[in-house]
Amino acid sequence: MSAVMITRKVRKWEKLPGKNTFCCDGRVMMARQKGVFYLTMFLIIGTCSLFFAFECPYLAVHLSPAIPVFAALLFLFVMAMLLRTSFSDPGVLPRALPEEASFIEMEIEAANVNVPAGQRPPPRIRNVQINNQIVKLKYCYTCKIFRPPRASHCSICDNCVDRFDHHCPWVGNCVGKRNYRYFYLFTMSLSLLTIYIFTFDIVHVLLVCFFTLWSVVGLTGFHTYLISLNQTTNEDIKGSWSGKNRVQNPYSHKNIIKNCCEVLCGPTYPSVLDRRGLMLEDISPSVTPAAPSSSNPTPQTTKTTAPLIPNEHTPDDTHKSIAASAEESPSPREERSPVSKVPPLASPETDAETSLAKDKAH
Amino acid sequence: MTTEFHNLQELRHSASLVTKVFIQRDYSEGIVCRFLTKFPSELDNRIERSLFDETVKTLNSYYVEAEKIGGQSYLEGCLACCTAYIVFLCMETRYEKVLKKISGYIQEQNEKVYAPRGLLLTDPIERGMRVLEISVFEDQGSVSSSPSSGMSLAGGSAR
Repeated sequence: MSAVMITRKVRKWEKLPGKNTFCCDGRVMMARQKGVFYLTMFLIIGTCSLFFAFECPYLAVHLSPAIPVFAALLFLFVMAMLLRTSFSDPGVLPRALPEEASFIEMEIEAANVNVPAGQRPPPRIRNVQINNQIVKLKYCYTCKIFRPPRASHCSICDNCVDRFDHHCPWVGNCVGKRNYRYFYLFTMSLSLLTIYIFTFDIVHVLLVCFFTLWSVVGLTGFHTYLISLNQTTNEDIKGSWSGKNRVQNPYSHKNIIKNCCEVLCGPTYPSVLDRRGLMLEDISPSVTPAAPSSSNPTPQTTKTTAPLIPNEHTPDDTHKSIAASAEESPSPREERSPVSKVPPLASPETDAETSLAKDKAH
Repeated sequence: MTTEFHNLQELRHSASLVTKVFIQRDYSEGIVCRFLTKFPSELDNRIERSLFDETVKTLNSYYVEAEKIGGQSYLEGCLACCTAYIVFLCMETRYEKVLKKISGYIQEQNEKVYAPRGLLLTDPIERGMRVLEISVFEDQGSVSSSPSSGMSLAGGSAR
């Protein structure tokens, strides 16, 4: 009596052990967990859609239509590499069929014949020599094979993969001998795409506020440079401390940190102006505007063309006047006033002096 | 040896399998696909050593050709990369071409050399390129009269 075997034709993928999922009648092979892969797709497609929708019209018009075209090509390349990495067989090693498995078992038994009873047999390792170096091949208990060099068993996919790199959840597949180059091209092209999008976003922003950015950033950079050398803009423009024949900057501590600290964190100096201090002002009507005159006898009336601007005096003059009034006796002051350079603008000191002189003259 | 198998199908379905011999990979020259040329003892009285050696050496040379890294492989790789590997939808890779050649060679060897001796080579690609499997069949006196259980090889097509 012969058993009737009802058989049907099936594709081999339907009978493959392991935890892979297959699509398109075996053309697509992925890991079981695909959630993170969908996230990857969403992120890449989402970001690029935003870029194409919002940035590219501006860039195409204001810069060049080649920019979105290249971005589109790069995007397509990234997607192609991603799909190729995710959908292809990473280099799965098929499990040993029963005959091969028992053949290997017999070989192992034969090798372990020297182990005394009661002792644990040594781990199943086969030594091979590759380029004069001993490489240990491990036995895979799941697949019942000695793994070839550089192969490893992926517990997520439950397969031995040749030249196993890693299991990548982002692509939803193992990365091994057959799809490593696609994985690498995917990461590299995605980096380029990210940098490309980022650059053109910055360019867009830059074009809109170009001068502000250029001025502000440039200026900040320039002043940072000055601070680090403890120089002023004026010194830098004049080249006071630069050049071989010039003196080195005596104010620099020769240390960038020290220079920065001094400029930015040095003591806060008080104002010497005392702007809100109180003082006496002479408001008598006989006071006439003083005139710049080196000759004393010249009557004041001829000098009325000079405008009267009270309380306005040059620092030089003030300095001299203050020094004079502070240190010396009245008489040298009278002598000094005609000799000293009197500005066209009226000054209270000169006014007072000339009024005094005028009074005395009168 | 007087058994004459007219074709491989006859061999598969009429003969009974004795054992299978597995020729392992030879890693002495790296990870390149290469099989050991050590003559297995099970084939001692089944086939001449020289024939076996020649088979394995020819196979090894085919694999070397397939995995050769040189001008053609660079060209193929660069062209494929530029087209985002879409070109592989219409073009066969060099490795695939060589694998076809290997498959044809094994078929030819089986028909001419191995089947007459009650042996059968299995293409290594069907075993994950791990081993070269040689099935050893019973050395039978006649072909048709044996009502032996047609033990089909693993992976053999069902009817």
